[in-house]
Amino acid sequence: MPESDTTIETLPHCPTGIVGLDAVTSGGLPRGRTTLVAGAAGSGKTLLGLEFLVRGSEMGEPGVFLAFEETSDELSINVASMGWDLEGMCADGTLFVDHVKVEREHIDQTGDYDLEALFVRIGYAIDQIGAKRVVLDTLEVLFSALDDTALLRAEMRRLFTWLKGRGVTSIVTAEQGDGALTRHGLEEYVSDCVISLDHRVVEHVAVRRLRVVKFRGSSHGTNEYPFVIGQDGISVVPVTSFDLEHPAAEDVVSTGVADLDAMLAPGGWYRGSTTMISGQSGTAKTTFAAHFADAACARGERCLYLAFEESPAQIVRNMRSVGLDLQRWLDDGTLSIHATRPTQLGLESHLTELYRQVEAHEPDVVVIDPITDFTTLGTSIEVKSTLMRIVDYLKKHQITAVFTSLTHDGLSVDPSISSLIDNWVQLRNLELDAERNRGLFIQKARGMAHSNQIREFVLHDGGIELLEVIDAPGGVLTGRARGRERS
Amino acid sequence: MSDGENQDVAAWELRLYVAGETPRSVAALANLRKICEEHLAGKYSIEVIDLLERPQLAQGEQIVAIPTLERRLPEPVRKIIGDLSNTERVLIGLDLRPER
Repeated sequence: MPESDTTIETLPHCPTGIVGLDAVTSGGLPRGRTTLVAGAAGSGKTLLGLEFLVRGSEMGEPGVFLAFEETSDELSINVASMGWDLEGMCADGTLFVDHVKVEREHIDQTGDYDLEALFVRIGYAIDQIGAKRVVLDTLEVLFSALDDTALLRAEMRRLFTWLKGRGVTSIVTAEQGDGALTRHGLEEYVSDCVISLDHRVVEHVAVRRLRVVKFRGSSHGTNEYPFVIGQDGISVVPVTSFDLEHPAAEDVVSTGVADLDAMLAPGGWYRGSTTMISGQSGTAKTTFAAHFADAACARGERCLYLAFEESPAQIVRNMRSVGLDLQRWLDDGTLSIHATRPTQLGLESHLTELYRQVEAHEPDVVVIDPITDFTTLGTSIEVKSTLMRIVDYLKKHQITAVFTSLTHDGLSVDPSISSLIDNWVQLRNLELDAERNRGLFIQKARGMAHSNQIREFVLHDGGIELLEVIDAPGGVLTGRARGRERS
Repeated sequence: MSDGENQDVAAWELRLYVAGETPRSVAALANLRKICEEHLAGKYSIEVIDLLERPQLAQGEQIVAIPTLERRLPEPVRKIIGDLSNTERVLIGLDLRPER
């Protein structure tokens, strides 16, 4: 978006403390205003509201939760699995929960009324704990309990103005309507910020998405952002960081294969770079990745190895045959192998799982073996955006990454994916003279001079060895032809 | 307190919740007294609760709308909202008159 000269008066933001949401909203919800959170049943509205208060309580901003649908006991039970101790927070005076019970059959209407008692209740709750945040979940219940829609609308309008006057940052949740954002048109009254939550099932995988529909006076991402409800609450996954400002390190880390290092002018990959090793089945992609991991651990660095096809035990056993002892790194904790079936989780969950693993293990290098398994989990655009987020995330943390990629005809790597990565090593089967030999070449290596040769390599119990190039009148010789030339 | 109120043992214990002295709350109390005098003379008590003075009762007694009339006795507890200007509905709400 082009820079504009006119300065728009921006509202100060109130950080929600919810992972990713503050990035999407450029810093949080509009402070001192009301935000409408709309979504269908089960879309995570209540949880978002509660987490807003839980994080607020942690940040020294006490909060009031008005529950129109659930009792405080039900709420406590529902979020106990997140490790949130609502009762403890209530006891500490950082949270105040009021269950507003309005049941139609208990209320007869005999003339004019207003909702002043509700205002009194909220005001009392705010005063009790000096609340800075208020969540009303779900205010619209009033519409089913009380008949006078016109009066309710007027009172809602008055309520939002009143909340603003109290200076609290509030969230009002609302049920999604038919073809409308909310069933009762609350979006007409909440003008500062509107967030919509969506929960749908795409090819048997449940996907949650969040969209900032409106945010007056603030830049915000307009995309639909995937989010997950994880073990610690909500995590919104920004599609990608809005800028490309990764630091560019000058130091170099070994590829794990000395002969391959020698093909690169600086003697390895730049720290924080992303490398793809692609090749057909059986071209030793995992072996290259394992060398990279082993070298990192040998340097005293930490490695996170995400395996999607083999179990940790299988990787350790197989790599022993090429002279790599990964078990000792597992034992001393420098290597963490995390193996899952790719279809176990949706793309977003994979991403948040990666974030979680990285935060838990704090690796210097990450291996994803293979990255291709993601392609079965979404459309190519979704896959690409997921990879972009992975690459951005790793670069931001200066983590050097190696992805393996399975190709079928040797070259079929999505060019849009290859643009995301810095270095690309292609492994090839060289079929000649009734032999299958393995060769490699460097397709690209950003920012460094590199060998242009296709090199034959062999695996033996000392690891990967690149064989020296033997030029012959007919070209470079491989396999048996080497011997013929030498004899 | 009006003459018909029984201060000692009232068979009908009524509570009117208001928030400050507004024209609507004044009207509600007047309407209530009139109805009680006509239908419950000598056997009722009215307690007016101003939520501005006792805000904690709004949560404790589950009050949302103002005015709210609560029939505390005889049980079961019933709630009626509004200024009580619709006498017919008040009588039904208090169960002083069968709905049919």
